[in-house]
Amino acid sequence: MSFVTVTGLTKSYGAVRAVDDFSFEVKQGEIYALVGPDGAGKTTIIRTLCNLVRSDKGSAFIDGLDVSRQFEAIKSRLGYMPQTFSLYPDLSVEENLRFYGGIHGVVGKRFRDKTEVLYGFSNLKPFASRRAGKLSGGMKQKLALSCALIYDPKLLLLDEPTTGVDPLSRQQFWKILLDLKRQGVTIIVSTPYMDEVARADRACFVFEGRKLVEDRSETLSNRFDGRLYFLDMAPSVKLVDGLNDLPGIDARRFGSGLHLYLAREDAIENYSAMLTALGVDTTDVKEIRPNLEDCFIQFMEQTS
Amino acid sequence: MILSVAGKMPMRSIRFLALKELYHILRDPRSLAIAIAMPLLMTFLYGYAVSLDINNVVISVIDYDQTAESRQLIDYYYRSTYFGPADYEPDRSDPEGILRRGDAIAILTIKSGLATALENGQEFELGLLIDGSDNTLAAAVQGYSEGVVNSYLMDRMPPGMKMPGISISNQVLFNPDLESSHFFVPGLLAIILMMISALLTSITIAREKETGTMEQLLTAPVSPMAILIGKIIPYIFLAFLDGALILVLARILFDIPFAGSGLLLVGFGLIYVSAALSIGILISSLVKTQQVAMMLALIMTMLPSVMLSGFIFQIKNMPTFLKIISDIVPAKFFLIVIRGILLKGAGIQTLGIQAVYLLILMTILIIIAALKFKTKVD
Amino acid sequence: MNNHAVEINDLSCHFGSFKAVDRISLTVEQGEIFGFLGANGAGKTTAIRMLCGLLIPSGGGGQVAGFDILKQSEEIKKNIGYMSQKFSLYPDLTGRENLNFYGAAYGLDKKQILARTEELSNRLQLAEFIDRPTLSLPVGWRQRLALAASLLHKPKILFLDEPTGGVDPVFRRKFWQILYQLAEEGVTIFVTTHYMDEAAYCQRISVMHRGQIILRGKPYDLIEQHRAANLEELFIDLIRGRENADA
Repeated sequence: MSFVTVTGLTKSYGAVRAVDDFSFEVKQGEIYALVGPDGAGKTTIIRTLCNLVRSDKGSAFIDGLDVSRQFEAIKSRLGYMPQTFSLYPDLSVEENLRFYGGIHGVVGKRFRDKTEVLYGFSNLKPFASRRAGKLSGGMKQKLALSCALIYDPKLLLLDEPTTGVDPLSRQQFWKILLDLKRQGVTIIVSTPYMDEVARADRACFVFEGRKLVEDRSETLSNRFDGRLYFLDMAPSVKLVDGLNDLPGIDARRFGSGLHLYLAREDAIENYSAMLTALGVDTTDVKEIRPNLEDCFIQFMEQTS
Repeated sequence: MILSVAGKMPMRSIRFLALKELYHILRDPRSLAIAIAMPLLMTFLYGYAVSLDINNVVISVIDYDQTAESRQLIDYYYRSTYFGPADYEPDRSDPEGILRRGDAIAILTIKSGLATALENGQEFELGLLIDGSDNTLAAAVQGYSEGVVNSYLMDRMPPGMKMPGISISNQVLFNPDLESSHFFVPGLLAIILMMISALLTSITIAREKETGTMEQLLTAPVSPMAILIGKIIPYIFLAFLDGALILVLARILFDIPFAGSGLLLVGFGLIYVSAALSIGILISSLVKTQQVAMMLALIMTMLPSVMLSGFIFQIKNMPTFLKIISDIVPAKFFLIVIRGILLKGAGIQTLGIQAVYLLILMTILIIIAALKFKTKVD
Repeated sequence: MNNHAVEINDLSCHFGSFKAVDRISLTVEQGEIFGFLGANGAGKTTAIRMLCGLLIPSGGGGQVAGFDILKQSEEIKKNIGYMSQKFSLYPDLTGRENLNFYGAAYGLDKKQILARTEELSNRLQLAEFIDRPTLSLPVGWRQRLALAASLLHKPKILFLDEPTGGVDPVFRRKFWQILYQLAEEGVTIFVTTHYMDEAAYCQRISVMHRGQIILRGKPYDLIEQHRAANLEELFIDLIRGRENADA
């Protein structure tokens, strides 16, 4: 039994189809990532689950309850973190917590106990009386998460929680999410960072309102159809052109060298002579694992 | 739609919402300035605008006394910088016509017997007919006219002698409501309360939209009605604080009386402020940013409250369609209420009809505001 | 006189007792794409501000585009371009209006602006979008437009702040192909970013931590040397290690 079930979700804004026949299911205690660039439709999907957007077509159920009809009952099980920092900047850390606790009925001893626990993982206690607007990016994210967690929701909807946050803070943030998952919290998170797929249980690539592909995160990057090599050599226009002239090789400048894309059944060894002719030292060529960006692009090209 | 969930009101949530709102008010210098400084400033400005000096107002004199004394009094009028003579002799048979044509702003009538009365120290009454269509000017003409007569008497009478009782019987044409120069300041209360209440509520909701916190509130287990009520409560208090400040200031600076019941004023104030706050909520559902909310609130409240409420311009002189529009301006009714209570000591018997109108307006505004309040972000 | 695009020695900036930038030295060659990384508060922004002549260093010195950062900040400003994804364009103006404005701001005359707009519009394939209000453009095109604005005055060095954050991968790849081309033409590109997958596109990177540069090298070499899975992991392990050592 899935905790969240979205079926055939469709939403247009004028002529733009923001979400197009989108379906997915998330099991209880699972972390599910919606991965895609800005404008892919991730926010609309999450907002639909929060009943903040009325879909044109399709349905969404949370814990067996219909989002569009039984949202009042869902509210207490739902923690939502919008994309933009959405706390009161003129209220202190503690006041924000107290407010969100208060409107969810968490007061008195329960509030104090819960706050201690949240301070425990967020390390925000020394900043309890600091105004939220004066916190650093990473601390803001942690406070926002704390506010969403103060009433023990069963489902967390996080819309790009780590955008603009440095890698270190992102990692700490994900550690908290993994802890929550262990406690049985279901988490749906959207992100533009391809590498965050690895931290989720399952992920789907979202592009132009559609689902490109969905898989367990550890197998997703293996779905790249082809082989990728890195040639560690200062690239000149002549070299790039020369490589691209070879049938079967797609060469692109990348970083300090070049990426060479080959078909799955092909191998760089088949090109040794030609590479040497171009002045490439074949020992400089190493096969590397295609990253998720490569996968994403491939799926994008396949669908369009 | 949100009315349907208004049934159960979680008092605790409302308390937290109201408390949070109070923090916002106290910590935002801008809204504090709007809430406190602006009303005071407006009271000063408008209050003093009332007592603005007048200059060479044309006054016609019909002199039935025709004595040295009456001519001397006329001379006092014309020698003052406040009044000047009309270009030609007025038509005695039609004094109203003079005012209607705008040939003069006021007509002073001196009955025969002035000289005798002065001689014998008797009571005497001068007649002053004033064009009341500009009630500020009319009020000033009354005041300055009294001043001229007084200075005439002071100069004439040797010190120590008993002053003859010369009074002026003022009659204001076209605007019989004009009672005193205290006309303006009570009206200010109506305008400021409307403006401040609508302005601050519209800003506060727009701000929640800007910061994205509205999304959080809408997904929290609080009904939209509770959100609105929690937001409104602090502003009701703030509006009443403003009201009290203005009344105190009016008393100190302009000596405005408070003839009627304070409780009645509070009751009316509550209805009026609720209507104003609903307008604020309505505005904020239509806009996305604080800036636009602020502009819209000023246009939607200040303009009608000043222009179409009878604050400056008499409604009875307006074209019919403006009269009709004025019926949906809450300030129009509250203006009558506040002037009645402060100046005349009017009670609920005389203000009953205003109470009905205001209650109807408030109810309609609250319903519209609640219906328009968006629970979706798109 | 040498021909390094950027060369700084022992550059420092102190705010009271806080050393925002603590004696960093750095050389960037002409036509190089250099990634300048670091966590929030590591000192990146302060360092960039000194390089652009917006902030006076507390100590050390150097040259940018051949001009002394202590004495010739006005010349530096004329020879560098700056692009930030977040706030460089006016959303209510069209692309062309934005370019006209920036051109004028850089002191170009009408003719020059027209010529450069034409040139950049062709090069960045902006023709279809340049007369639409910026707000209505997809993110990727907005970024290209911002790039065009920063290139109007033919800067020798381009400072880019998270140029392709949040853009779809295809667009990002194309954007970087444009940057590679610019670099081949001799424009030096200085990228600051949080996105490690963006940093991987740079030829050489450095990582700042607490005001100092603690790591530098080619992305691929660094990953190999540290036996990390990717730059992200490398970065996290490195900073984490430093913080544990400090604590």
